Amino acid sequence: MIQLKVNGAQQSFTGDPEMPLLWYVRDILGLTGSKFGCGVGLCGACTVHIDGQATRSCVTAMSDAAGKEVTTIEGLEKNGLHPVQKAWMQINVPQCGYCQVGQIMQAAAFLKTNMKPTDQQIDDAMGGNICRCGTYQRIRAAIKAAAGEMS
Amino acid sequence: MNTIENVSRRTFLRGSVIAAGAFVLGVRFYPDLAFGDTLPHDTNADRATLHPSIFLGINPDGTVWIVASRSEMGTTSRTSLPLVATDELDADWKRVKIEQAIGDKRYGDQDTDGSHSIRSFYDAMRVAGATARLMLIQAAAQQWGVPARECETDLHVVVHRSTNRRSDYGELASAAAKLPVPPKGDLKFKSKSAWRYVGKGEVSYDLEALVTGKAVFGMDARLDGMVYASIERPPVLGGKVKSYDDKEPLKVAGVRQVVPIDPFQPPPAFQPLGGIAVIADNTWAAFQGRKKLNITWDNGPNESYNSDAYKIELRETSHNPCKVVRNIGDADAVFAKGGKVYEADYYVPLLAHAQMEPVVALAEFKDGKVTAWAPTQDPQSTQDIISKELGIAKEDVICHVTLLGGGFGRKSKPDYVAEAAVLSKKVGRPVKVVWTREDDIKFGYYNAVANMYFKAVLGANGKPAAWLQRSVFPPIASTFDVNAVYGGGGTLQQGWTDIPYDLPNLRIENGPAKPHVRIGWLRSVANIYHAFGVQCFTDELANAAGRDPVDYLLDLIGQPRTIDFKGVDYPNYGGSIDIYPWETGRLRHVTEMVAEKSGWGKRKHSKGSGVGIAVHRSFLTYVATVVEVEVDDKGEVRIPRVDTVVDAGLVVNPEATRAQFEGAAVFGTSIVRSGEITATKGAIDQSNFYDYPVALMANAPYQTNVSIVDSSAPPAGVGEPGVPPFVPACCNAIFAATGKRVRDLPISKLGLS
Repeated sequence: MIQLKVNGAQQSFTGDPEMPLLWYVRDILGLTGSKFGCGVGLCGACTVHIDGQATRSCVTAMSDAAGKEVTTIEGLEKNGLHPVQKAWMQINVPQCGYCQVGQIMQAAAFLKTNMKPTDQQIDDAMGGNICRCGTYQRIRAAIKAAAGEMS
Repeated sequence: MNTIENVSRRTFLRGSVIAAGAFVLGVRFYPDLAFGDTLPHDTNADRATLHPSIFLGINPDGTVWIVASRSEMGTTSRTSLPLVATDELDADWKRVKIEQAIGDKRYGDQDTDGSHSIRSFYDAMRVAGATARLMLIQAAAQQWGVPARECETDLHVVVHRSTNRRSDYGELASAAAKLPVPPKGDLKFKSKSAWRYVGKGEVSYDLEALVTGKAVFGMDARLDGMVYASIERPPVLGGKVKSYDDKEPLKVAGVRQVVPIDPFQPPPAFQPLGGIAVIADNTWAAFQGRKKLNITWDNGPNESYNSDAYKIELRETSHNPCKVVRNIGDADAVFAKGGKVYEADYYVPLLAHAQMEPVVALAEFKDGKVTAWAPTQDPQSTQDIISKELGIAKEDVICHVTLLGGGFGRKSKPDYVAEAAVLSKKVGRPVKVVWTREDDIKFGYYNAVANMYFKAVLGANGKPAAWLQRSVFPPIASTFDVNAVYGGGGTLQQGWTDIPYDLPNLRIENGPAKPHVRIGWLRSVANIYHAFGVQCFTDELANAAGRDPVDYLLDLIGQPRTIDFKGVDYPNYGGSIDIYPWETGRLRHVTEMVAEKSGWGKRKHSKGSGVGIAVHRSFLTYVATVVEVEVDDKGEVRIPRVDTVVDAGLVVNPEATRAQFEGAAVFGTSIVRSGEITATKGAIDQSNFYDYPVALMANAPYQTNVSIVDSSAPPAGVGEPGVPPFVPACCNAIFAATGKRVRDLPISKLGLS
């Protein structure tokens, strides 16, 4: 049996230990905020935090999540909106919105480590998150806006 | 409610966001299929106290319900159309609730493609709003005993100024509901100066749901008792299963059943491709079971298809006389006179949509009827194909539309929803079919591979004295008609028969090509390859003539005039040529404006840096784009700046429009840099983002500046028209920066990245 915490709640899992965390949170827990985009860790739509680190849940086996604290978009902020979510709304980032949960989770983890990111650092940090609608210019602006709020 | 509100509210009545501990469990759909023989015409708008239109209703608490009948895939039309009705109603946007229509012919066309949601439904929204407003005014006038003409409205209230009386719309709804619905001729529409929302815009109605993960996409639809399906489909179009193993998959924990799906009868249209489905308790188990199917295939005749050989075939066809689709003067006579001839072939490969949400659908077959939840661009064609596949009446198919995680045309083709319905009937439970990214790339409806041949001789001032262009590509029609090999008027209108140049001798041809994959439409469709060829060849000629590309373009476009399409099959994107004439003056205007906005000819470009321009009309919108590129010693291309000027007529939502053109530049970047689908022995070679890469933040344009022309022309499209001019403008910039002419996309073939 695998024990883990998801958004602060203790959970246990007895299924296939190779099942990716993404399908556990989506299909078993019904937390559908984290998205399936590629299944191989290339697009970032499935990004969650594991012990605070942005992680691709589609290539993280449940056995590797054992004993860890997992945060999904549903648990990102207990009270209202996270500063990154507020910045995303202020800059009006989303188009279709499908990738944006992953973008937000990636940006939120990144900004914890770097409150004054340069363009290059933002490109590097967000380089694994695809947005096919093409909102990158606004994502960059929103990260800078959120950095201003958080610092 | 934090989710997309669907029309058949009965299915949502008990739907709720369930708090559990510190987190939220997500939204569940609870089915209640107790509707009658007809579609459930029970929207909140229908049930509202005052409901003068199928699109709108007002309740006594003042809540205005507006039905969004078009699908939302990121263009914000789900917000912008209701905004038009809200404005004409003179209502408060904060008191408006939007509900999403099911597929239902009473809403008219619901196929959300072709960039025409605003264009086609602008009037319907205005009429809905103005009708309700007039009825509210009449009700207030009756109550107050004053003439209706003395009453006016002001943000959700009717006002009688001279007696200083005011009444909220909610207070008037019941009285207004007793009045006859006025004829359209009685309606008074607001003047432009009185508009609150149109032309100013609003952010998406769903914005907060999108950033909190509460928005429900097709991938997120859930029903109690549902099972998950993953399907192994024939790798070659038209292939059939010879044998498979149904024992090993069942040994995978969570796998319940292995179910074959019949192959389609040509033409493919929207039929399921066939194959073997693995049904499981969760998505992962279905994926794992599928790996053990060990299928052998009979690939059929399309096994002969190889992209390299096919490219040569297209090229050879285009080098010989083809079907003439438009002619002016006598180009051959000019060519016969001799002089330096310029010739070029331009080639664009198959392209896949690669929208972020792979296609996915949930369907339940029960008591002879189907209820589906799908991220579909077209719920009515979804009803059609399910009704055909299952042999039930169209009215017995209810198609709910979720939010779409991107569409770009892929989700206009409901083969995947039909799969879910077929499987649900076989399995006896609600089935959710989840396509992997690999499925999505390998089993698409691809934008056609195209070769375009150009030939010109130059006359006075370097202007073409004769111009010949031939395009050859497998047509979209081939997906629906096994005999179709030529592009139809609807495809050739897209930047081919409507080349806007004022030339004395012009011949336009189209040649035949047989398909071997499903050809479909992808954001801006044939405009992609046509604009690439025409606008890059124009740049070549400008260079040959020693002319500045902007001056040269303006010279070729000529004086402002309306293009005459007499004798040409030119459907004008379904718009009346009287209401939407092809006006070269508008193209000139955006060209001149983009030159000014981009600082054309005024900015200095260092070595390896350059700018390019391209102009194009598509979906009735005129666009000019200047792209700046920097190419380093390793051939790596950066795009520091894009300037684009848009004349889309009346623009309802400028903010959403800017976003569409910013996004189009990124979409175009993917086409230029890396967009290429190929086939070997009939099977698609690519499978995921590692071999079908799309633009990332670092290689997307750093800054795209969008200027919208203030226009009183009727509204035109904004979702697609940004893509066609971007691609050639970028390639022309690469030429300016490097001297390398891009004639074959993507640029990786030139050693650029």
